[in-house]
Amino acid sequence: MKTPRAFRETCIKNFFLLTACISILVLTLIMAFLFIQGMPIFKTVPVTDFLFGSNWYPTSEPPDFGILPLIAASLAVTFVSSLMAIPLGVMTAIYLAEICSRRARNIVKPIVELLAALPSVVIGFFGMVIVAPFLQDYFDLDTGLNLFNASIMLAFMSIPTICTVSEDAIYAVPGELKEASLGLGATHWQTIAKVILPASLSGISTAVILGMSRAIGETMVVLMVAGGAALIPLSIFDPVRPMPASIAAEMAEAPFQSDHYYALFATGMVLFIFTLIFNMVAEHIAHKHKQTGAATL
Amino acid sequence: MKSGFKALVAALCLFVALPAWAGSLQVKGSTTVLPIAQKCAEAFMKVHPDIAVSISGGGSGNGIKALIDGTTDVADASRFIKGKEVKRVVENGRYPVPFAVAYDCIVPIVHPSNTVTNLTLDQLKKIYMGKITNWKDVGGPDENIVVISRDTSSGTYEVWEHKVMTKERVYQRAQLQASNGAVAQTVAKNKRAIGYVGFGYLNNEIKGLSVNGITGTPATTLSGTYPISRALFMFTNGWPKGDTAKFINFVLNPATGQKLVKDAGFVPLY
Repeated sequence: MKTPRAFRETCIKNFFLLTACISILVLTLIMAFLFIQGMPIFKTVPVTDFLFGSNWYPTSEPPDFGILPLIAASLAVTFVSSLMAIPLGVMTAIYLAEICSRRARNIVKPIVELLAALPSVVIGFFGMVIVAPFLQDYFDLDTGLNLFNASIMLAFMSIPTICTVSEDAIYAVPGELKEASLGLGATHWQTIAKVILPASLSGISTAVILGMSRAIGETMVVLMVAGGAALIPLSIFDPVRPMPASIAAEMAEAPFQSDHYYALFATGMVLFIFTLIFNMVAEHIAHKHKQTGAATL
Repeated sequence: MKSGFKALVAALCLFVALPAWAGSLQVKGSTTVLPIAQKCAEAFMKVHPDIAVSISGGGSGNGIKALIDGTTDVADASRFIKGKEVKRVVENGRYPVPFAVAYDCIVPIVHPSNTVTNLTLDQLKKIYMGKITNWKDVGGPDENIVVISRDTSSGTYEVWEHKVMTKERVYQRAQLQASNGAVAQTVAKNKRAIGYVGFGYLNNEIKGLSVNGITGTPATTLSGTYPISRALFMFTNGWPKGDTAKFINFVLNPATGQKLVKDAGFVPLY
């Protein structure tokens, strides 16, 4: 016979187990639903035609379900936005963790984090109304709604993620490493470049990948500012149509359980696989190169 | 404890019974028809305070899907129901009945600074196929044409595809925007752009073009001379009865619903 005390402990333990299980359950259900709704398209369109077909005409007769332009667009916006967000995010993190005074840090850090709190639709609106006409006039482009504009907006959104996570990583570098380096006569900059950055590289890599997975999954911004033309981009000023934009724009009007509906779910599957890979790589790097104390460096 | 439980059961019963007790009506579907449905529902509820009408958008496809599932009384659609959808409705033991409630007239638009005022259907088709790429080929300035189109699954696109494209595909460089408002916004911000919106979305920031020399107006839409127009529908499950019938009658009545159709920027039936 258990004492009431032990019984209560068991109850509490099981309660927390249950709450932990809920999120796993939800994820499993969503995944199952996604795959059940997405797989039927492969009965009518072979997987290779779906992934590597370069025509996305889901409603013409006969329809074409080739999502290569959408995949290319997603990868292109993610890549170009990373080119902007990674240097900015990582350098901000170095500044915050190593260079600035405590007072400046207390001001700058919350502001950078506030950037993450901006609703994506507001960023999209800004890109559409302010940045697009500016790009159009300044570069004399046909359209300001393009890959470049979308990448700038996505960079805004991934900078806070990259910055916060890498700052934590840099901050966690053991103090003795830094002291040893400075003690050997290295300058502050040499210490940052040769000691602190290598020591926090795994954390920074995780940050970068998390930032990229944020960019590839972002919907509202790309829907509003990417231009929405389903073509493989050849210039950074081409309008593009990333996967999330296509799903969001077309889902509402796609006839229920039609091929188009299934194709959109299958696009969701592809997107899910991309973000899953990103997260697994981040997890793997974080795990493998885990920095525990100075000894493992 | 026991009386508390009884009170809870009583409250729950009341909560469940209340919507059934007062009349309630679900209207779901096309975002194009949404403003009509909304205005009509507001006016309708003033006349019939005992009937609660709830409106939601989500697209023609979703509206008809709700009719298939039986989760709506009225499905709004900016297109006619498709053969596949009719089959699914009938399989579920229901029968869709269409009511044309208004006409929509789709107008090609350009930036106000553009000197072009008229295009033929053939020119529009060639522009959207990517065969005409410079405004000077249609009598405008020497600048590239930026083609703005709607999402391929929207009702507006479908009309454009049928009336203008006639079996040809809109070329890949066309920028697809997700709503009438977004097309108007994009064209208003780009002096090289061409797009198309419903008659109700015309404003001072964009310029509507005439097609084949005919300006899109209510008169030319109803007479059938304006080439790019369509009927908007409400579908009911079977011939409407009770509250549904009252609502449909209200919408079709020239003195009530049809006035609101005009207010919403569409072309009324009469």
